Amino acid sequence: MSILVIVEHDNSSLKAETLKTVGAAQKIGGDITLLVAGLNCQDVVDAAAKVNGVNKVIVCDNVVYEHQLAENLSLLVTELASDYEHILATALTTGKNFMPRVAALLDVAQISDIIDVESSDTFIRPIYAGNAIATVQSLDNKKVITVRTTGFDAVATDGNAEVVKLDTVTDAGISSHVSDELTVSERPDLGAATVIISGGRGMQNGDNFKLLEGIADKLGAAIGASRAAVDAGFVPNDMQVGQTGKIVAPDLYIAVGISGAIQHLAGMKDSKVIVAINKDPEAPIFQVADYGIVADLFDALPELESKL
Amino acid sequence: MKVLVPIKRVIDYNVKVRVKPDHSNVDLANTKMAINPFCEIAIEEAVRLKEAGIATEVIAISIGDKSCQEQLRTALALGADRAIQIETNENLDALNIAKLLQKVVEEEQPQLVILGKQSIDSDNNQTGQMLAALTGMPQGTFASEVKFIDDKVNVTREVDGGLQTVALNLPAIVTTDLRLNEPRYASLPNIMKAKRKPLVVRPAADFGIDLSPRTKLLKVTPPAERKAGVMVKSIDELIDKLRNEAKVIS
Repeated sequence: MSILVIVEHDNSSLKAETLKTVGAAQKIGGDITLLVAGLNCQDVVDAAAKVNGVNKVIVCDNVVYEHQLAENLSLLVTELASDYEHILATALTTGKNFMPRVAALLDVAQISDIIDVESSDTFIRPIYAGNAIATVQSLDNKKVITVRTTGFDAVATDGNAEVVKLDTVTDAGISSHVSDELTVSERPDLGAATVIISGGRGMQNGDNFKLLEGIADKLGAAIGASRAAVDAGFVPNDMQVGQTGKIVAPDLYIAVGISGAIQHLAGMKDSKVIVAINKDPEAPIFQVADYGIVADLFDALPELESKL
Repeated sequence: MKVLVPIKRVIDYNVKVRVKPDHSNVDLANTKMAINPFCEIAIEEAVRLKEAGIATEVIAISIGDKSCQEQLRTALALGADRAIQIETNENLDALNIAKLLQKVVEEEQPQLVILGKQSIDSDNNQTGQMLAALTGMPQGTFASEVKFIDDKVNVTREVDGGLQTVALNLPAIVTTDLRLNEPRYASLPNIMKAKRKPLVVRPAADFGIDLSPRTKLLKVTPPAERKAGVMVKSIDELIDKLRNEAKVIS
């Protein structure tokens, strides 16, 4: 069997989540090819060639792939698809955007957000915000799959795969990129962090998120937020952890002033160790926390920061 | 400009779903159902476009058994002009849903189709993108802002690192993210008025599409329970536990 994995990147670095998607591909089993589609993305290609368990890296370096526009990228993947039984992408916003388009162009179903592989055609995925776990069999001859990375281990990066350059240009000509407004942060990405500290509505305002920063600095943590905090305008949406935000599973997740709505739990309950700080002893977050402390966060956070 | 809004009837977002004891599926008997929250945002956006004089007609559409007429009536009460129910008792794959919608797009020729980015039951996040592929339209997924500029629509998208804005030729597909708008509540007079708005029922079989399933649901189980944790009395105790028991900080 042959598996194509589309590399998630920003033209300069390969996103760590791709290593977990390759982990999922290894669990399916077969020859693994990576596709890097971008512009001036040689650093990504170099990193991709080092990913373990990969036979070949296909590179399409062209301006039409610079922003990974779904209309152009899906045409490229569809063109390459005939050589592969499985096509995998990471279930991040880029993969979620173009992969269903690939599936429809190939006239096959997509299996979204798999967290485990039962066999080459049967996969495990969460439904209902993770309140139920479905085992789904694909009846199509080709499987188009997005991978939720919290379910798989990252592969190592001391490989040496062959790199093949393709000059295929698939320009749908129906969409264009206008601008990016990206959050600049010195901290690790939510998806890659081993420690995350998140604030909820209990933080009361955006300024108070500064109370999390000192702790995050000491722990090398990323900072997240619940949907309630995002909806209240405290912080931008790209910090949102939950069913419709980012799905994370760090070694340590510290939930501060977060009540624990099912939509939030869906995004973090696979974390190894969960700490909840909340002044309401009845908050549902305590039911999933390994360690809970009933305290006013405005007392607890400065104390935690000073004692770490 | 005509705007088509496909919507889905799903479990109410406040209700925690139960898995059936035989693990065949989830148990939705006697469960409160509602419009999928993202679809509600899609209706709201379409209605606002109409109020702004950009859209001329808003058509709500849903695929399912008779019960989804309830959600279509809600869409009409929120401001849609007419509704279409494609009737089927099957639980169709997203690809087949997209194929049915493609037929309606061909008939109605909307300039814009707005859908929710995902339904909170199957959590697939596929239908809008698939419809875009089948109709050859560009897509602006996970939208937090939709602006018409000349003959294009600019869609600002919620992406992992922040926001991305793309310009799409029309006709186009937009899927909604949570921050696009805050949906209104239907007023009682509008709920009464909605009862008289047109709702057409069309059997799925009449569209001449092969709707055979592409996936098979083998099993549905409850998620693994986390073992009960402990409550700590002080920050000192918390740090001690994290350092020496869980060993997640140094």
